[in-house]
Formats: sequence, C-alpha cells, structure tokens
Amino acid sequence: MSLVFTGVCSHAPGITGREDRAPPEQRDALYAAYGDMREALHAAKPDALILLAAEHFANFFMNNMPSYAIGMGDRYSGPIEDPDWLRIPTREAHGNPDLSRRLIQEMLQTVDVAYCEEWQFDHGIMVPLHFLDPKSELTIIPANINCQGPPLTPLHRAWAFGEAIRRAADSVPERIALVATGGISHWPATPDSGRINEPWDREFLKRWLANDREAMLDYTDAATYEEAGQGGFEIRTFITAAAAAGGAGHLRYYEAIPIFAVGCTVAEMEIV
Amino acid sequence: MSLYTLSKLLFTLNRDAAAKEDFKADPAAFADRFVLTDEERAAIMERDIGKLFVLGVNGQILMHFGALCGVEWSDYLQQMRDGVKQHGPVREGIYAMTTGIDEKVAGA
Repeated sequence: MSLVFTGVCSHAPGITGREDRAPPEQRDALYAAYGDMREALHAAKPDALILLAAEHFANFFMNNMPSYAIGMGDRYSGPIEDPDWLRIPTREAHGNPDLSRRLIQEMLQTVDVAYCEEWQFDHGIMVPLHFLDPKSELTIIPANINCQGPPLTPLHRAWAFGEAIRRAADSVPERIALVATGGISHWPATPDSGRINEPWDREFLKRWLANDREAMLDYTDAATYEEAGQGGFEIRTFITAAAAAGGAGHLRYYEAIPIFAVGCTVAEMEIV
Repeated sequence: MSLYTLSKLLFTLNRDAAAKEDFKADPAAFADRFVLTDEERAAIMERDIGKLFVLGVNGQILMHFGALCGVEWSDYLQQMRDGVKQHGPVREGIYAMTTGIDEKVAGA
C-alpha cells in the first residue's frame, strides 16, 4: 500500500549490555522514548518492518562487501554476540521472502542492492528489535548499508537508496514501516569509546529534522571521521530514512550517554 | 600475513559457534587455518587485545573477541590503551586512538 511509518534510533550494544552503568534517569528516559516509538510503530499497523542497520561484520565482510543489502529469508536469528554480554536473549524473527522479493525487484530499478536469504542479526538490529518488537509480533525485513569497511557508498547514494525504498514500499499492497538505526558521532569499541561530539550531533539532527537534503549530503567522510569518529559514517542510515519519508522529523530523545558510547537518539519522520 | 587475514580469523570466530568451540579446544590448530605473521599469531594465542588493536583490527570485530575471552568492558578499553602505550599508535585501519593515553572517556 505504502510507507506507513519512518523512524530512526540508536543501536549501541551498551544500551542494553551496560544498562546498569548509566545514570538511571537518562536510561529510563531513553527506554521510555523507545517505548513511545514502539507504540507509534505498532499503531501504524505495518505488515512488515524494514529494519535498516549499519551492521558490524555479522554477515558481511571484506571478502565480498555489499554497499546495500536486503534480507529475503523466511526467518532470521540473533544476536550473534554472546546474549549475556548484550543482555538480549537469542530469538528468531520471521520474514516474508515473497514480499522481500517484490520490494527488491522494484528497488533494483535504481539501486543495485544485494539480497540475502540468510542473515544473522547483530546488536545493530537486535537492540532496536528488543525495544520495538519485544513480543516478536512483526514481520521483519533486515536491510543494511556498509558503514564499517571503507570504501563506503557516497551519501547521495544513501539518499537514492531511501528513494528506492519509498518507491518499493508504495508499489506493494502491504503496509511497510521503516526504522533506520545508527549512531551519530561516536568512537565505538575503541579506547575513546564514550567520546561524543554533541554539537556535531545537534547540527546533524537539525539538518535531519528539517529534512534538508543538501545540508545532509554536505559532509565528507574525511571531515566526519575527524569530527564524529568512524561511528559517524552511520549517518548514512539516517539519510536513507529521510529520503524515504520526505517530511519533517520529530525528535523524541537525544542525550549523550558516554557509557552507552553514543548520543542516544530516538526520532520519527513525517511521511509526505 | 595481513590485517585482512587476521581480521578474517576474528570474524570467523565471532559468527560461527563451531569455530568458537574449535578455538577453545585447540587455539593453535585453529590459528593454523590462517596464514598469519608470527606477531599476529602470538597476539591471537595470547588473547592480546592491546596488540590486536595496534595491529589495526576494527573495533567492531575486536570487541566481540574481547567478550569471547571474558574481558569485562572497562578492562577491554584499558587493554587497548595499554597496547598503544606499549606498542605505539595503531598501524592500519580506521580504528585509531584519538584521545590521550591516560584519558578515560567512559567506562573507566
């Protein structure tokens, strides 16, 4: 039928794995924001949720790295990480290969997306799923942009991917939701973990919330790396969501939480 | 032989339950499946998080090796700092250290 919901959120493993080490009031407010997004997402009654991640070598590696990938399996599982470390139990998610195939066929008109009948979820998908679909009620279609192993896809292609997702969602009879996950500035899994450039994040969010395409594409990877760390490359997923939705954003939550290693963000975007 | 091969070993270990069992049972035999330099091999055998970081292993891969080896989060961060202190700056890849060597940003 159409795209019925678009949101973005953080996926850092510390959000669940180190939940007891954050200031409780910050953590509780973040969890409440995820809860609000869960309600809005389910209220949109999606037949499937495209969960767009920037995965971290769970499925894709430098032996054969797709810039863009979409799942076409009937079931997926995760996390690949130690469930005790992530504090998310192992679970399965059900997919819809026929719907995936139709969506992918349309996306291929403009973006050469790889398809995957197998997909193991890492924290990039498991953390959002944990909050947004705790009872495994939704049909999940995982998607990915390589934000980890350069060379990386240019930002304007991430925008084109969003347009392709929108066109594909509008071309099928099902109701499609999109949630894109990623950090803004962060230096994950390094000794600098916990470093967050909040002014940089606020500036990016300002551009994202206004859905200002030119301003969002006006970053170079070199400058992003310098100011926002290797984690900043994940702005691609936010850009894709903005292109798909087309409207203005609504920020539910942003706070820098160093022990979670990212400026934690929960936001939705109007679909126009 | 290269950062790629070293990373491939860790990638295999991270995502494959059978590989984890093989590594725990006989780490030397597991390492033999990959063409590594003596320095790379020693870092794996000794679970030397700091050296692996300095050799350029992507943190998103190394983080899970740390968890597999039972290294607690704050210790994991400290071991990377110690690695840079002992062996010098990160030699390759995109996971360099950008803060001061004794600057603990979080999780200290």
